[in-house]
Amino acid sequence: MKKLLFIAMLLISSSSHAAINVFACEPEWAALSQILAGDLANIYTATGALQDPHQVQARPSLIAKARNAQLLVCTGAELEIGWIPVVLRESANPAIAVGADGNFSAAKYVTMREVPGRLDRADGDVHAMGNPHIQTDARNFLPIADALSKRLAQIDPDHAAQYQQRHKAFEQQWRTAIAKWEQLAAPLKGVPIVVQHKGFPYLNAWLGLNEVAELEPKPGMEPSASHLGEVLNELHSHPARMVIRAAYQDARPSDWISQRAHIQAVALPFTVGGTPQASDLYTMFDDTIARLLGGLKQP
Amino acid sequence: MYQSIYTRASLLFVLSISCSAAIADDTTLHALDERITQLEQRAAPTSSANAFNPAISLILGGTYARLGVDPTIPATGFAMSANPGHQQGFNIGESELGISANIDPQFSGFATMALSPAGGVSVENAFIQSNALGSGVNLKIGRYFSGLGYLNDLHAHAWDFVDQPLVYATLWNNQLGEDGLQLKWLAPTDRFFELGGEIGRGRGFPGSDTNRNGAGNAVLFAHLGDDIGVEHSWRIGASLHETQRQNAISTGVPDLLGSVGGVSNSFTGKSRTAGLDMVWKYSPNGNVADRYIKFQSEYFQRKESGTLSYNLLTNSSYSDTQTGWYAQSVAQFMPHWRMGLRYDRLNPGSATVGAANTANVISNYGFQPTRTSWMLDYSPSEFSRLRLQLARDHSRQTLPENQIFLQYVMSMGAHGAHSY
Repeated sequence: MKKLLFIAMLLISSSSHAAINVFACEPEWAALSQILAGDLANIYTATGALQDPHQVQARPSLIAKARNAQLLVCTGAELEIGWIPVVLRESANPAIAVGADGNFSAAKYVTMREVPGRLDRADGDVHAMGNPHIQTDARNFLPIADALSKRLAQIDPDHAAQYQQRHKAFEQQWRTAIAKWEQLAAPLKGVPIVVQHKGFPYLNAWLGLNEVAELEPKPGMEPSASHLGEVLNELHSHPARMVIRAAYQDARPSDWISQRAHIQAVALPFTVGGTPQASDLYTMFDDTIARLLGGLKQP
Repeated sequence: MYQSIYTRASLLFVLSISCSAAIADDTTLHALDERITQLEQRAAPTSSANAFNPAISLILGGTYARLGVDPTIPATGFAMSANPGHQQGFNIGESELGISANIDPQFSGFATMALSPAGGVSVENAFIQSNALGSGVNLKIGRYFSGLGYLNDLHAHAWDFVDQPLVYATLWNNQLGEDGLQLKWLAPTDRFFELGGEIGRGRGFPGSDTNRNGAGNAVLFAHLGDDIGVEHSWRIGASLHETQRQNAISTGVPDLLGSVGGVSNSFTGKSRTAGLDMVWKYSPNGNVADRYIKFQSEYFQRKESGTLSYNLLTNSSYSDTQTGWYAQSVAQFMPHWRMGLRYDRLNPGSATVGAANTANVISNYGFQPTRTSWMLDYSPSEFSRLRLQLARDHSRQTLPENQIFLQYVMSMGAHGAHSY
């Protein structure tokens, strides 16, 4: 009897010390959580690298996973506005509700770019809080990792020391990596580029790329033939070196411009898993820079 | 004295900024600019009266319908069911105003007002919801669309076709709205499993909106769903609905005597409905923004038994089991463009009628209403949609018709997230 009781107690106590469940909205936050929490967390990634994170459906599986999560790690800044509200409502989990400790928005910890001066849907799918694609600037991961590691410690105070230790190691490694990437990317400074979707202001600001045109006439609107024609005309007078897009986007508009303007079309991983090479956060930036450098070559 | 210190300090500050600006490169300047804009926005005074305003959305919708048969004629064998029908010609039937906000950390509120084409406003939804109870419990109180089936709680602007399937039109008067209380529980499992129960006034068809202390209807439903890899997802469900009908009057019901324009019948008795629903979605790489296919099907069976008052005069026992189902598939074959096909079928069943009315009431029509609809829609953005729908309707015996619909559905203001 005593033995049984002991086993039962062991089971209860072990379950209270079990790994915390993390619901990561995008693969980059799953990867960062993995680095910062290691085995202390079970991480579920809600979207794949080849999915448009603006348009994800509030699938039953997402609701079930959110129900059991202690921490939700998302970009925020209304990137997930089309699906996260339903997931939060239907999962009825106060631990990750808006305003709770378990609701972490990475965008809160970085300086947002392209915050619109006016909000008008005639301007397309504009984000009131600024451009949410913050993960393309490696420097943004420093403040986000700092905040996320503190949040992990807050939710799981028993392992606070471990989170702190892991974060310290990450920070050191990441700073070294940033220095390496910046050195590698030096030839990209001032290089004129065309983007398919306004998804790269952070990357441009970091590496000094010079965005001269967008293939989408308005954010979120499909590139039309007439608009592509205009972009092509403009490229004759102001040539660009390459056209870049995120891996999840349709290749056709980029390819169309690439063939006619005789510039390289470059698909960037955009997140972890976006390309076969981008298997973690480090390789994601390795591959991004390698592909951009590759884009400098004449096609 | 203090003032001069401040002046000097601010002068120094300005100087230092201009100095550093002179040596800063474009990128830094740009970043500074961005930060200043944000700071300005943060500092902008907003009165709290304004800041706490709820999210408001206005759905503007309208349809042009070209029909071959008078839409007030009900589906054969379903004259005692609902017949929401279609509006012929131009109409703005789907315009609605939605307001929602968090009330406090525990409650949130939603209201949808439907703007009727004839003028006037009706309350479509008005409920409070709490999901702060924990343990996966979700509570809704007020006027809501019942959680039964798959399509029932979808608002008209989110429908994949201009109209609801025939089975929803006849058995639920398009969709079952209730005044009452809904409790849902989501199991703490890896796979989605949800149980729900509702008790309500019995306001929506087939309920009878009468004064009583007890509940006028009860609903139970269960849903199970999951993903298969990143490309497939599914959900299946079962629902039960029960209500007591009291003096439910139907007009224009055909009878065996061939009364011109039909007769009025009244029914009092129990109405029990059971339903099954399934939906499966597929998207290459799971990227629904690009391409996807959705397949869904639902089946309902309604058994009614009680007393029928033929022509509001002759009473006899009456029981009937009606069934109906639909299957539809919608494909987004390229971004912004979707095509859909739907097949509807109803079975009015064969009624068991008491001796007093066997010579009056048609118990078996020997006809099963069907309809096939095809639609094509184009959504320039997620806030607008234009649709063409063609249908071959054979829901009225000897009156097959071709229907053409043109529709627009646009949303202004806050755009709520859509459910699965």
